[in-house]
Amino acid sequence: MVQKDVITKIKEALKGKILFWEEKSPRRHYFGVKKTDIVPVAKYIFEKAKARFIIASGIDTPKGIEILYHFSFDRQGGKIITAKVLVPKEKCEIESIAPVIPGAAWIEREIQDLLGVKFLNHPDPRPLLAAENWPEGFYPLRSEYRDEEFYKDSDKENK
Amino acid sequence: MAEKRTIIPIGPYHPLQEEPEYFELFVEGEKVVDIDVHIGYNHRAIEQIAQRMSWDQVIFLVERICGICSTSHPIANCNAQEDLAGVEIPERAKYIRSIVGELERIHSHLLWLGLAGHFIGYNTLWMWVWKYREPVLEIFEHITGNRNHYAMMRPGGVRRDIKEEDIPYLMKVLDELERKLEMLTKAALDDPVLAARLKGVGVLTKEDAIKYCAVGPTARASGVPIDVRKDDPYAAYDLVEWNIITREEGDVFAKTVVRILECLESIKIIRQCLEKLKKVKGDIAVNIKKMPPGEGKGRHEAPRGETFHYVRSDGSNNPVRVKVRAPTYVNLPTCKATVPGESVADAALILASIDPCYCCTERMMRVVDRRTGKMELDGKDLIRLSQEKTKKLRRELGI
Repeated sequence: MVQKDVITKIKEALKGKILFWEEKSPRRHYFGVKKTDIVPVAKYIFEKAKARFIIASGIDTPKGIEILYHFSFDRQGGKIITAKVLVPKEKCEIESIAPVIPGAAWIEREIQDLLGVKFLNHPDPRPLLAAENWPEGFYPLRSEYRDEEFYKDSDKENK
Repeated sequence: MAEKRTIIPIGPYHPLQEEPEYFELFVEGEKVVDIDVHIGYNHRAIEQIAQRMSWDQVIFLVERICGICSTSHPIANCNAQEDLAGVEIPERAKYIRSIVGELERIHSHLLWLGLAGHFIGYNTLWMWVWKYREPVLEIFEHITGNRNHYAMMRPGGVRRDIKEEDIPYLMKVLDELERKLEMLTKAALDDPVLAARLKGVGVLTKEDAIKYCAVGPTARASGVPIDVRKDDPYAAYDLVEWNIITREEGDVFAKTVVRILECLESIKIIRQCLEKLKKVKGDIAVNIKKMPPGEGKGRHEAPRGETFHYVRSDGSNNPVRVKVRAPTYVNLPTCKATVPGESVADAALILASIDPCYCCTERMMRVVDRRTGKMELDGKDLIRLSQEKTKKLRRELGI
């Protein structure tokens, strides 16, 4: 019964903030969250529901950049619940959850480097993976990114 | 003497692990006051390469992420792909997966223990432990064909079977290893110098471990009893008896003890799995004909902690996205909580205690005075510093 409680508790506490809930299998859940709600949702899941933040992953989709926040309930049935947030490419920014979860600081910096999502109020928004002289506007995990374009300018210099 | 703050850069190239690191220690006199970590020096774009590969090839690709725990990424990725496809693997394959996973834990922990011994000036420990590790690699060569990069995992099961006639040989090696490990445990726990050198050094409190979302032995040594094998069982981990090892202290000593005792638990798991292999016959893999569109999440308790993989499919032969989270990624930032306040001689050891960073301490570049830019120490000097501290302790203790 413990297993059920975590999920029902979250569903009740975050009522109105959850756009959809999908149960892929008993231990794997996905749910949608509005961009503006991510901080209170993460705060509740991390602090009240005592979940562990595993990682976030960004995906470039036709609708925009999708960010998935994976949380694990280790001692409560080994469930992984994933909060899905859609960030439009036109205004590619979202509130950072790193002030609430220090363990999320690195991955937000990584997503910023690789997908060009800006995290607002991040405590340390320096690039994590990209070099200091990495040109602006090149995001390797975006679908429009092409290696050739990145090397175009350096080729000219070499010639 | 705040104006005499010195920066010690450690790194940046550490190509052994998936995360080459570069540490900057901010030092005042002997004391480290702050630390900054830079990564990304050897980023190989594995996640992007994976998008251009077929589902089968991805397993081979992720096996190349790490040279030490080379089976942990394939297991996590197989779990993710099987979650996506909704496939249950045959029972025999489950046991073989656990055997390979646990053998790897043993050799990885022993590797770390040896290097840690060398670092604090216990070169005998280093030589002995690596001698004990050798038979484990020989087992790997015998049953998989390789000492490392075993290529045993495939979506839906395992690639090779473990032959019935090999089981007595494996059992024999395990028996010998267990005896040696028990001796080692006693020697390590009773050693007054080790206790003086490692106890109370680089303490990671339980609160910090939770705050930084630490995993694996790093978390378990701080009293956080998480282990994917128990919490979210996969392979054969819910079919055999074993215990989670935890310690409350959170210092380097606790991390060492957790790792040694975990090796003994691993031996327990492998023995039970080998016994079961004698009885459970049948297929070692099921074929996954087509990946359906959807998502999958898989994880594996690697030697360093939870390895997490996320995959997304659009129904084609290539994944849309593969996300890899290695345990070091969350363990490394804990150095912000453990290193400040400690001495330079201990800093590198603490960084090594979460396991990944050991080799980067070998590649430590230099100590530079911030104002003059004068080089003061190089990597060898820092190891010497650490070894000298142990010697000094020994003299004080009269050993």
